[in-house]
Order: sequence, then structure tokens, then C-alpha cells
Amino acid sequence: MELERARSEIILNRKKRKKMIRRFFRHRSALFGSMMILFLLLLALLAPLVTPYTFSEKSDDLMQAPSGTHWFGTDEMGRDLFTRVLFGARISLWIGFVAVTGSLILGGLLGLVAGYFGGRWDMLISRLFDILLAFPGILLAIAIVTILGPGLNHALLAISIINVPIFGRLMRSSVLRVKEEDYIVSAKAIGASTERIIFQHILPNCWTPLIVQGSLSFATAVIEAAALGFLGLGAEPPIPEWGTMLADSRPFIQTAPWLMIFPGIFILFTVLGFNLIGDGLRDMFDRK
Amino acid sequence: MEKRLMRWSSWVMLFLCFSLIVSCHSGSIQKDQGSMLIYGRGADAKSLDPSQVTDGESFRVTQMIFDTLVEYKDQNTEIQPCLAEKWESSPDGKEWIFYLRKNVKFHDGTPFNAEAVVFNFKRWMDREHPQHKGAIAFTYYPDMFAGFKGDPNHVIQSVTAIDEYTVKFVLNRPLGPFLANLAMPPFGIGSPTAIKKDPVQFGEKPVGTGPYKLREWKKNDMITVERNEDYWKKGFPKTDKIIFKSIPDNAARFTALKSGDIDLMDGMNPSDAIQVEKDPKLQLFKQQGMNVAYLAFNMRKKPLDHPQFRLAINHAVDKKRLISNFYANLAEPAVNPYPPFMLGYNDELKDHSFDLGKAKRLIEEAGLKGVKLKLYTPQDPRPYMPNGKKIAEFLKEDFKKIGVQVEIVTFEWKTYLDKVKSGEHDMALFGWNGDNGDPDNFLYVLLDKTNAREQNSSNIAFYTNEEVHQLLIKAQSTVDRTKREQLYRQAQAIIKKENPWVPLVHATVPIAGKASIRGFYPHPTGGYKLDQVEIIEK
Amino acid sequence: MGAYLLRRLLQLVPVLIGMTIVTFAVVHFIPGDPAQTIAGEKATPERVEEIRKELGLDQPLYRQYVQYMGNLLQGDLGDSLVTNRPIVEEVVPYLAATIELVVASMLIAVFWGVNLGIFSAWRHHSAWDFFAMIIALLGISIPVFWLGLMEQWLFAQTLDWLPSNGRMDPRIGMEPITHFYVVDTILYGDLEVLWDVLKHLILPAIALSTVPMAIIARITRSSMLEVMRADYVRTAKAKGLSEFTVIYKHTLKNAFIPILTVIGLQTGTLLGGAVLTETIFSWPGMGRYLYTAISERDYTVVQSGILIVATLFVLVNLLVDLLYTCLDPRIQYERK
Repeated sequence: MELERARSEIILNRKKRKKMIRRFFRHRSALFGSMMILFLLLLALLAPLVTPYTFSEKSDDLMQAPSGTHWFGTDEMGRDLFTRVLFGARISLWIGFVAVTGSLILGGLLGLVAGYFGGRWDMLISRLFDILLAFPGILLAIAIVTILGPGLNHALLAISIINVPIFGRLMRSSVLRVKEEDYIVSAKAIGASTERIIFQHILPNCWTPLIVQGSLSFATAVIEAAALGFLGLGAEPPIPEWGTMLADSRPFIQTAPWLMIFPGIFILFTVLGFNLIGDGLRDMFDRK
Repeated sequence: MEKRLMRWSSWVMLFLCFSLIVSCHSGSIQKDQGSMLIYGRGADAKSLDPSQVTDGESFRVTQMIFDTLVEYKDQNTEIQPCLAEKWESSPDGKEWIFYLRKNVKFHDGTPFNAEAVVFNFKRWMDREHPQHKGAIAFTYYPDMFAGFKGDPNHVIQSVTAIDEYTVKFVLNRPLGPFLANLAMPPFGIGSPTAIKKDPVQFGEKPVGTGPYKLREWKKNDMITVERNEDYWKKGFPKTDKIIFKSIPDNAARFTALKSGDIDLMDGMNPSDAIQVEKDPKLQLFKQQGMNVAYLAFNMRKKPLDHPQFRLAINHAVDKKRLISNFYANLAEPAVNPYPPFMLGYNDELKDHSFDLGKAKRLIEEAGLKGVKLKLYTPQDPRPYMPNGKKIAEFLKEDFKKIGVQVEIVTFEWKTYLDKVKSGEHDMALFGWNGDNGDPDNFLYVLLDKTNAREQNSSNIAFYTNEEVHQLLIKAQSTVDRTKREQLYRQAQAIIKKENPWVPLVHATVPIAGKASIRGFYPHPTGGYKLDQVEIIEK
Repeated sequence: MGAYLLRRLLQLVPVLIGMTIVTFAVVHFIPGDPAQTIAGEKATPERVEEIRKELGLDQPLYRQYVQYMGNLLQGDLGDSLVTNRPIVEEVVPYLAATIELVVASMLIAVFWGVNLGIFSAWRHHSAWDFFAMIIALLGISIPVFWLGLMEQWLFAQTLDWLPSNGRMDPRIGMEPITHFYVVDTILYGDLEVLWDVLKHLILPAIALSTVPMAIIARITRSSMLEVMRADYVRTAKAKGLSEFTVIYKHTLKNAFIPILTVIGLQTGTLLGGAVLTETIFSWPGMGRYLYTAISERDYTVVQSGILIVATLFVLVNLLVDLLYTCLDPRIQYERK
């Protein structure tokens, strides 16, 4: 009987989810945001078709201003900036995706353990989150990358780590909330195994705030990655990472401002896209 | 009503507190401070006790506060008198006598004499000396004179005062670059009175005989020095005050120059040099580069031990484009490990041509096509290499064409030194700034087998040629210039044949200043005599 | 109240101790060490080893940690390994520089954020509301360092209206009193120099204020919307009070608690997180200080510096919690 109720609860959830998806597409900012990101994703994936150049190919056309042949101009090695910015989109989207997934999984897991088991575990994990949160995030990321050496994967790892407590706390609080609901209590009462309770009952009911946070964190991860790149701690050269490109443009701020303007605009565009999606998602979930 | 009273009384309290702070403090704001030169640079000094530091930024300031026994001429590395008016040496080069300038006083009034010179040298060389301590550590002394007193190779046997104004040095063995060493800024003579008072604090409150006295030091921001009214060189310094202002970012510093916040700056991005030349309000000074940027092969590793491979890479480096793309043409291609204006430069040697076809053939003949290597490069700009990362990206493209795949590895400077000096790299971009203008300071440090060590190696090609070693050792203990010249020419010939490096460029160091600046000579050692500089406003 | 404060302060202790452990571990994991920095790149290995010994870096890590903590408990933050000066003294100007910058940008952020939020709540669902929220959205999306660069390019270099870096014209010699230059110049009573200091403050403060401004605007809007539906606001309106009074006096006061939380959090974050802005504008602040210390491997400075920043972060948030009670007497902290 009780199990039946728990099951119907899940079915109800599924229905709710479908309704949610429909609502998502009706929500203007979410729709607009996802179109922006989709557009960027397409550009990034089709970059080799969109531009005739490659991102590392040098030429003797040094520091050309934007023109018909070089839409965004060229840098001091004669490389086409438009091409580099497009390939940079691949890097940034990849960083955002992996870093967010990483911190979502790790933070989610820690939060789950803290919330579900409570007691000493909760104490330990919560204090760990406190410590990480009180740390100036960017400095922690800098220190981590300095230890491991600059590189795309290390930057990814650093960004994941500094975002862990955000997801962890969210997960913990929603597990705490769900844990007290009737159907969980009853599932426990009839002796359902811990794994079953966690995976069948708790997780499906906890993921919504994490998804919202995920899309917002995607936006911050893109900025954080660019910040690390700007400090020279990003991707290995000649990978065209936007933050690194911005740092490289500083000497030419007067002579070739396009080197600074275009990568920045693309960062802004990407971050804006993810923030719009995140806002839309939050509005939807808040309404229920 | 009550509320209003509260508010009112709290304002009164606040006002009282403020006036209390003000009255307790005797500080001031000065806006008009006489003639002034503001020198913009990348970092602050570490300490102002010259014996304690190794960085150019500290020396830039200590050179204004301290004088050395001898000094370099304005535009080259020949030696001229300074605190010592003249000197003589025994034929075997083991005994040196210096005759000191009279009527010179330290900033604190202590007379400068033979005792003061002896005191300074003893403080530097003797571990047992009561003032053998300081803010950081004695580093240059043991490096230039092979250790401290009692160490097996130590050069100076004794320093004694013969009379009030005569000092005698006895050496354990002749040292080719002895005089050149004495002219280096770390060997500035400090006031014994001040050092005895507190040798550690001396780094904060330096007292020398130089043209300027320290006035104020705002850490990591700026250092102000002001005119020493009793300076022994009549008519100097030209300017009342110099402010050394730290602006870490090159671009930001250049902006500050253009907007008139600073008068003179070093550490320019080469691309900005072109702008300076176009701007009528600015002028460009070109410091002859006593430096070298190079690509070192780690010769302990395969296939870099293969002579033909190293030759092939030498043919694959387009130094001309490198110079036009990254140095704004402010550099000359390097053929040998040190620049042409220095002693014993071998001008008969020809450079390997840029020839990708030939390079490719050489690689294929050696059966090394498709080899994968790691190219290490530093992230931070160095005077000899303004953008190592970009240079690596540039080289990577050309190496790809000859069938050599390169992965670029970058680190920030401190880590980079650590990695490269322990030989982690296959190939590494690196460079060297000369200290004293002597070839020994390049060849021995960078390419002698004794400096190819497991840890902290300064010979990062790990090049160990016995013949070169013998030549360099011999040149080190020879005082005769022509003989030394011959020895260095021979060493360069062998090195050119074996190619432990690709010598890339000798970079001209651009320095920008206001058009109204007069009397500035950018010295190849990077030590500028700023006491000769003045700003002529029309 | 007192008991609550005590409990909060006690809770701080394990976090801060944990912090020292994490920081200690992190900085010691970085390859290379301060002995190399001190000796310089041209030193011989023997020399580096000697310096390592002098600094006590040859000792086992746990002993170094115990020693550091021992000193810390006696209130000694230690000396910088590189400059050999006590950190307590060294840190003052940097801390003051950062606090000045953060306060300035928070003033900008609060002023614009709150008013933008009120405005869009007041004109809810209008084109103005939409426009204001677009601005807020851009505010949280713009990379601060890019904005800083663009500002420099436009206002400092191209138009030459404002200085691009530093805190004050180096030609002015001023002996700092409090190290807050705005305060110092007022104390000296020199308006001309005060103006110079303010000019230096504008660009970095604006760059740094965008994110908090945007967040504050959004929070204010939603918080205001909620309160505006409440009875007493309707009553106030019905009483015929002017719209201005209703909004700024009745509504805002009651909507201010969430806004305050955000202000506190953002202020805390900016204290250590302004590295990039400080880098771009050569602002000699905490972020820059710590970043340099990391690259020089100055262990004690990194450890103590991060500790200071983190303590401030926690204290600011505590202060905000305490302010709640002043704003809303209904909130009490005696017992949960």
C-alpha cells in the first residue's frame, strides 16, 4: 500500500516534469537563452565550415583591423581572430560543462551524505563547505592551478572544486526537506533498503534546485575559466581560450582594440545565455 | 527629541575623534617638491641593502644611494674610477691596490675611508663577522667570489687598509673579471656606523655615499629618494627627487607614461615602442641588449643528443620573423651565446640559414620524422623574451612542417625555473641577462659542464664538453685581455659546431620617456645613472 | 543577544582552524619554495639550501605547522619570508586599499541596485521594468576584468578623462594616517588631493560594482514586490501618503532584510576576490598582495593573509545578521 503511494508519487513527478518542459519553452527568457547557447554551440561545432582558416595558422598579415577577409581582424602572428574566437567557444563550453558536471556530482554526493546520514558526517562535511566558502574562490583556484601547473584540465578541476560547496549545501538542504516527507518515512517503515530510498525516492525529488543552480553555475564557470586564463593559468597554447586571448590583447589595447573587444563580447554572450536559462528555470520551479 | 540629541552628539564625537587623530599626527601633504623624476617599473625593491638582493628592481634604487669602488662607463662595460680614484695590480693578478677618493662622507656624516671599505668586505665575506647578517641573505658575494672566507675556492684572501685612503686586496688566485665584479651594484659601500647599529634594519634604512638619500618607502607602491646635498661629484644629481613607482602591468605602465603620471619607464611591450617613436611628446631609448634568448636542447635526452636533430631545428627557426613579430624589430638575431659588443666575440662564425626544406631532409635522414617533444616556455615577460608563450606557438607551427610535433608546456616563472633547472624539459625557451659584461658570465654559467647539475642547473642544455670546459677555466684565471679573447673565440667555435642551443636573439631593451628628458644613457647592464637625468621643460 | 554572539564566534573557531590547515597544505604543495625566491635565480644550489635551513623550511611539515599555529595563538601572524617584515604591519596598507575600493564599489552598487530594483518593482511589468532587469542581467553576466579593460581603453586612454591605475598621483607626497586615502585627504583638509584620489577610485570601483549592483537590483525588486502586496503598505497608500514616502519609508524598510544579506555576502566576497580588478588597475590591495605571495611562495603571507580575508568575510556576515535585529525587532537570536 505505502509502496504504491510512493510509486504514484513518482508517476506524478514524471507528469510534473513533462508539464515543466512545456512551460520551459513557453518561458521567454529561458527560450531566448537556450537559443543563444544553441547558436553558439552550432557555431563552435561547425567552426571549420564557417571559416577558411585554422586557429593556429600564422601568416604575414599582422595586426589587421577587421575587414571582409578577416571579420574580427588578426593578431600579431597574423592569425585570424574570428577563427580563434569560434574555436574558443568550444573550449569555454567544454570547460563550463565539465566543471559544472564535476562539481554537481561531487557536491551532490557530499550533500546527500551530509543530509541523509546526518550526525558526524553532516558536521564534518558542512564544516568543509564552510571552509571552502569562506575562502576567496578565485585565490583558491589560482593556488590549485599553481600547484598542478597551468592547463585546461587543471583549470577545470580548480573551478569544479570551488563550486562544490554551492551544490553541496543545496543538495543537503533539499535532502533534509524531502527526508521528512511522508512517503520516505513510510518507505523506511516498510524496510526499503537505503540505496533504494536514496535512488528511488530522494534523488528524483531533489534534483530540481540543482539543475537551476547548474545553469547559473555554468555561467560563472565560464567567467572563472576566463579569469584563470586572463591570469595565464588557463589552457595550454596555442589553444584559443577567451581569457588568455584577452590577456594577450592587453599590450595592444591602443593599437588593436579588436583583439580585446571580440573575445569579451563572446564571453558576455555565453554568460548571458546561461543566466537567462537559469532565470527561466528558477521562475518555473518556484511557481509550484 | 531624544533621538535627535543622540544623533547630534554622535557627530560631535566623530568630529572629536577625527581632530584627535589629526592633531596626533604630524604628517603632511606636499604637492610642489622641486624637480622630480618619476620612474615607472614592474615591481618594488625587495630590500635596499645591495649586498642582500639579486633583483634589478632593488639595484635600480641602491645604485642611487650607494657608490662602488669602480664603475662602468656611461655607455659600455669598460671600467672607470668611482670611489677609488686609481688602482694597480701585480703582474700575476693576485695583488690589487686601490687609492680612494678623499673628502667623501656617507649620508650620516661618517667619513668614507679605507677602514669603511675593509669593513664592508669583511662583512660580506666572513661568516663569523658580527655584522654578517641582513634582511635577506648574502647571495651575490659568494656567487662572484666563489664562496665565503674559508671555502675551498674563495677568491679573496685578505683585504687590508694600508693607510687612511689605500686598500690592498690579496687574492688566492687571479680572477679575470675581478674589476668588472667590483663595479657591480651589490658591492656598493655602506656606512659602517649605520650597519653596526643594525645590519638587518639597514635594508630599510640604507646609508651610502651616493647621489641620493632614501626619503620614503611605501611598500609595493613607491620609493622616494632625495638629493644628497654633499655629493662628491660636483653638479650632480641633476634632479632633486626620484620616485620609483611600481606598476606591475606593462600596458598599464605605458598608459601612465602617456598620460604623464610617470616620466620614464622600463619593461615595455615592444609593440608599444613603435607608438613611442610616433609620439612627439615621448622619446624612445634603446638599451643595447647584454642578453641572449635561446632555445635549449636537453642533451641528456633522446633524440636531442643527436647532433643532426639539433642542426635541423637550428635550420627551422625563422629568426627574422620572430624579431619582426614579437620584438617590433628591436632585436638582432643571435649567432653566438653572447652579443657582439662583448670581449672575444667570434665574428667569423656564420649562422645556420632558415631553410625548412633542409631541416626536413635532415630530420628524415636521421629517421626522426614524427618525433614528439615537449617545449617548455615561461609565461611571464622577460626583458630578453617579451612573450615566450607566443614565441613557442610560432616555433610549433614551423616545427610541424619539418615533421617534429611539439607540445607546449607553460608555467609561471618561479615554477618554470624549478622545472627547467632540474631538466624536466625536452626543449626550453630561456635567456640570460649579463651581470658584469664579462664573457665568463655567459659561457661559464650557461654552457660549462660544472654548471650542468641534477638540481638547480644553470646549464639547462646539460652540455658537457671537456674541451670547452678547459678553455673556459683557463680564460677565467687569465688577466691578459688578448689571451682571454683568443680562448673565448675558440670556445664559441666549438659551441657553434655542436649546437647545444638555438641562439635566438639579443634583444634591444626599449625604454620610453618624456621628450623633455635629457642625460639618460641606457646602460647595457641595465644599471642606469639616473643622477645624470634631468627634465627640461620648455 | 550576547549568548548568540558568543555561539557564533565559537562556531568560527573550527572553520578558521580548518582554513589554516587547508591553506597550509595548499601552499606547501606548490612546487618551488621561498628560498629560491630569496636567493634569486642566479644562486648556487648550496646557497639555496642554506637559506632553506635559515628559514626552517628543512623541518618536517607538521612541525612547521605546529610552530605556525603556536605563534598564531599568541597573536603573532608571523613575518613575511621574502621581506622579513611582520605581516601585521605589512598588511595594513593593502587591507586599507582593498577596503576603500570595496566600500566605494558597494556604495555605488547599493545606490544603483536599490533604486533600480525599486523602480522596476514600482513600474512592475512595464517596459521600464523590462529595461531595468536587462541592465541587471548584463551586470551579472559581464566579465569584470573585461569591463575594466574596456573602461581603461575608453576613459583612460582614448578620452583621457580619468587615471588608469594606482590610488593617487605619485607626484603628491602624502604621509598616510589611516591608509584610507579618502579619509586621509579629508583629515588633511586638502580638497584638491581628495578629488585626485576620487578620480583614481572611480574606474575600478565601477568595474567592481557591476555584479553586486545587479544582484542587489534583482533582490530588491522581488523583495519589494512581495512587501508591496502587504496590508500596511496598502493602508499607507490609502492614508494618502505620497508615493515617495510609501516606497522609501514603509516598503523599503520592510524589504531590506534580504537586500542586506546580499550586501553582506557580496562585500565579503569582494574583499579577497578583487584580484583581477586590482591587477588591471594596479591597485595595491589584498588580492594583489596574496597573488604576489602565491607566486613568490611566501608561505606565511599566504596563510595569514587568507586567514585575515576569511575572518573578515565571516565577520561581515555576522555583522549583517546582527543588523537584522536592529531593522526588525521581531527577529531574536536567543534561541532557535
